Amino acid sequence: MTDLKKKAAEASAAQSDGSGPEPLLKVSGLVKHFPITKGVLKRKVGAVQAVDGLSFDVRPGETLGVVGESGCGKSTMGRLVTRLLEPTGGTIEFQGKDITHLSAGRLRPMRRDIQMIFQDPYGSLNPRHTVGGIVGTPFRLQGVTPEGGVKREVQRLLELVGLNPEHYNRYPHEFSGGQRQRIGIARALALKPKLVVADEPVSALDVSIQAQVVNLLDDLQDELGLTYMIIAHDLSVIRHVSDRIAVMYLGKIVELADRTSLYEAPMHPYTKALMSAVPVPDPRRRGAKSDRILLRGDVPSPISPPTGCRFHTRCWKATQICKTTEPPLIQLKTGHQVACHHPENGEDQAPGDAPLVTDAITVTSAPAAEPAEADKADEPVAETATESPKAGEAEGAAEAEEAPKAEDTPKPDAESADAGDAAAGDAEGGSRE
Amino acid sequence: MSEASKKDSPAQDAAKGSVPAPRDASGDTKEFLSVRNLSVHFDTDDGLVKSVDGVSFDLKAGQTLGIVGESGSGKSVTSLGIMGLHTSERARIKGEIWLDGEELIGAGPERVRKLRGQKMAMIFQDPLSALHPYYSIGAQIVEAHRVHHKVDKKAAKKRAIEMLDRVGIPEPHRRYEDFPHQFSGGMRQRAMIAMALVNNPQLLIADEPTTALDVTVQAQILDLIRDLQKEFGSAVVMITHDLGVVAEIADSLLVMYAGRCIERGSAEKVFYQPQHPYTWGLLGSMPRIDREQTERLVPVKGSPPSLINVPSGCAFNPRCPYADVPADNITRTERPELKMVSDGHYSACHMSREQREKIWTEEIAPKL
Amino acid sequence: MLLLLVVSAVTFAIFFLVPRLGGQTLDSMAAQYVGKSPDPDVIAAVKKNLGLDQPLYLQYWHFVKGIVVGAEYQFGPDPVTCNAPCFGYSFKTHTEIWPQIVDRIPVTLSLAVGAAVIWVVSGVAIGVVSALKRGSVFDRLSMGVALAGVSLPMFFTGLAVLALFGNGEYVPFADSPLEWAGSLVLPWCTLALLYSALYARLTRAGMLETMGEDYIRTARAKGLQERKVVVKHGLRAALTPIITIFGMDFALLLGGAVITETVFSFQGMGAFAIKGVTEADLPKVMGVTLVAAFFIVICNLLVDLVYAAIDPRVRLS
Repeated sequence: MTDLKKKAAEASAAQSDGSGPEPLLKVSGLVKHFPITKGVLKRKVGAVQAVDGLSFDVRPGETLGVVGESGCGKSTMGRLVTRLLEPTGGTIEFQGKDITHLSAGRLRPMRRDIQMIFQDPYGSLNPRHTVGGIVGTPFRLQGVTPEGGVKREVQRLLELVGLNPEHYNRYPHEFSGGQRQRIGIARALALKPKLVVADEPVSALDVSIQAQVVNLLDDLQDELGLTYMIIAHDLSVIRHVSDRIAVMYLGKIVELADRTSLYEAPMHPYTKALMSAVPVPDPRRRGAKSDRILLRGDVPSPISPPTGCRFHTRCWKATQICKTTEPPLIQLKTGHQVACHHPENGEDQAPGDAPLVTDAITVTSAPAAEPAEADKADEPVAETATESPKAGEAEGAAEAEEAPKAEDTPKPDAESADAGDAAAGDAEGGSRE
Repeated sequence: MSEASKKDSPAQDAAKGSVPAPRDASGDTKEFLSVRNLSVHFDTDDGLVKSVDGVSFDLKAGQTLGIVGESGSGKSVTSLGIMGLHTSERARIKGEIWLDGEELIGAGPERVRKLRGQKMAMIFQDPLSALHPYYSIGAQIVEAHRVHHKVDKKAAKKRAIEMLDRVGIPEPHRRYEDFPHQFSGGMRQRAMIAMALVNNPQLLIADEPTTALDVTVQAQILDLIRDLQKEFGSAVVMITHDLGVVAEIADSLLVMYAGRCIERGSAEKVFYQPQHPYTWGLLGSMPRIDREQTERLVPVKGSPPSLINVPSGCAFNPRCPYADVPADNITRTERPELKMVSDGHYSACHMSREQREKIWTEEIAPKL
Repeated sequence: MLLLLVVSAVTFAIFFLVPRLGGQTLDSMAAQYVGKSPDPDVIAAVKKNLGLDQPLYLQYWHFVKGIVVGAEYQFGPDPVTCNAPCFGYSFKTHTEIWPQIVDRIPVTLSLAVGAAVIWVVSGVAIGVVSALKRGSVFDRLSMGVALAGVSLPMFFTGLAVLALFGNGEYVPFADSPLEWAGSLVLPWCTLALLYSALYARLTRAGMLETMGEDYIRTARAKGLQERKVVVKHGLRAALTPIITIFGMDFALLLGGAVITETVFSFQGMGAFAIKGVTEADLPKVMGVTLVAAFFIVICNLLVDLVYAAIDPRVRLS
């Protein structure tokens, strides 16, 4: 572990005791709903609850990993924090200053301090501009002239991210995916930001290139003292890069904990299921996978999320309270916050509650070990899936598929309304039955 | 299959080829699928793209072969070659593909068409774009069944619903009528699998079947493929870039780089005694979820080569940290043959076994 | 509902705009009907009789009412009756517009339908073959011809055809279907040449795109015969955008294939409109425009319905 990371870890430990340095970014009760409109008059018929009440801090020098499946709202969250989207509710404080509803003009100075790296190294660079132009854009936008001139500074940045500074005049299509991602990183670093929000920075890259970029981000953090918020769906990458991790499900943080604590003793059932689903590159463990948790069905629609705990429809530990009362995100261990009534590896928050009748889940045992037995163990999975009592569920999943589109666009209103429309259409399809 | 492929006699090719595993002269082997020295080249305006360049492997019924490689390594092109799906006139296909004792490259396109969907079937990466948006899921499965079976619509529908049920789609009677866009991603891939398996094919090729899916859904789909394989005893070729997925499902492994096979062997061997520096690179590049890893990742430097100008000698030499270990600059001048390391384990590297052994135990393994 | 709204808006726009666009004042409009030396009093009287002195919305109301129940004009000593549907009354020729339009619709309809069948069949067929044999001699040749077809003006092709084959009179279908078709072959081909060239190019582009889709690969992977892959999976998807364009093209033709009708001296809607314009006979122009607008709206509605029938994604959202 690098020195800086160690410091950050210490800082986070100190923080959880209630002391320690000011958080760089403080988010509380953050909400983003994309309205769904219908007809010529744009009557509002509902909302995609992309992000629904998030509270967390990002501390200076640390890396906060945000992980979740598609449609959980993690990308929307990234765009809210960088204020590419206007929050519906809640507050975002950066270095103690409320930036929740700052106008574009007053936001500009702050944009230097918060920068974003995007997933798609092909789509996020203008093909008609040279690399020098792309990386130098932030200087022009902010009206800053760096020491030694823009060109020199750009070349320094290119070298910093491991590109040849002589390629200043080349165009993005002349570079490979990994190199393009480096260009994106150089652009983000141009103004010496304090916080870098990276949305799936490596998921479009090949494994060998992915490792190069992960290492680069790591080096830059040490060298420049950056704070990262890294959003990704890949739990392995997140484990490697993060100091603390927030797990999201359907627009909520269900668990927020230090890396070691989270991966070694996850408390939220969803986190546990998520982690058990990741295939491990270790063929010998195939036989030993006694506790793979297979979640049934798909994520419900963010338009009408389940009541109470949003995970209760798929949770094997759910009881009556889970359906009626939303569990708050509370600290159950040092540096470990979780929103669950019946956490794993921890004290039950609502003991003795009547179990919710559900056939949501089956834990299968060692499929490869003993074929005959495995067959039996596997059967219930197929059955529970086929005998699903909820007709609308698959439909809901289709909506969930649509919803993330809203996240992918920098223009919130138009697109999100579209996605919403499509989702609303699906919802109708569901209600036909 | 293109015109060109028919012109090239497969026998010619086999003669000059470096065929590692011997095959009975009669073509009658225990192997269900045998690929010999397969190459797929494309004529383009920029030059000849050698997407697949001399790949050989065998697969028995009931077994799963994982083909691993990065984008552009030729893994998908290989699978489409087996299926005879290179319809472009610019494709040049050579080598031999033996499916259940029948050679496919020399066979006529009509014969291969009859085998497609019947004896060998394929599922694709993105089920939304791979399913026709204008036809209902049921209609598409029925179509796949009726191409190869003379049954009436009613019987075909019954069969389709049976398959939907088998792959775990709730309320198959109702979902039968639905269109692909009404399904979720995971359900679509299930439907795709139902369609591929409707004729009980003995070979299933899965091209990145879970890449577009969330991890929890991926687990469901892998589980389903494993179950179905057990049930039908089919051979499965699993193409993926994710070493985790192959570790989960594959019995044997084939690692591809720049259109060539650089390492092949049982999953156990390739994961625990990898013999090629590129395989080491892949393993070192991968963050692991199963252990605390504070060390830096060990990436492969540089990026994959252009398939038009593949480096001379070993295609991996410009990126290989050990390119200078073998003497006489041989890595840059001579293409390494796939040599047997131990029973069923092959690697295409100029380094001697001792050299590799030493580097692996001293430098690579401790960092993984 | 929406349809009615659109039609009504269009009629109003026409009613409101057409006379003004002609650069006429109310006085000059009324003056047309009184003879060579207009007397201001007479003009005023005519304006009153025709209702031109009334506010616009009332004029519009009378016009719409006329379509539904017919109208009566106080013109000269005897009132002129214009039976429903009254699309106006030409004071120049002292005729009702609607019966004239009714006479001409079959001509235009025959022309449009026949040509449409030819161009859709030939255009799509050529486009599909070109796409499947991309780069072949057939592809290059047909695309070259298509380019020429698009580029050549209708006057030229029409007149060339006339010069080569001579002209025939339009024979109504009811009289003799055979002669009807015979009389229309030349105009059909002239009209279809232009459109089929356009449609061949569109179809080719659409097919090239569709045949590269993943679902085509899936269809092949099922072992489907190539013919079925092309027709059932490729063509159906490639045709969707073409249907939209066809709806518009066809609707516009129904409003009058102006040049073709003129070249072949057919008494269709287009020729009628031209006549109205050259004679500055506003009610004629208005009548034709209204009917043309009606066709466009109807065709668009049909396109939407067909679209929904083809693409289930449209149907459900």
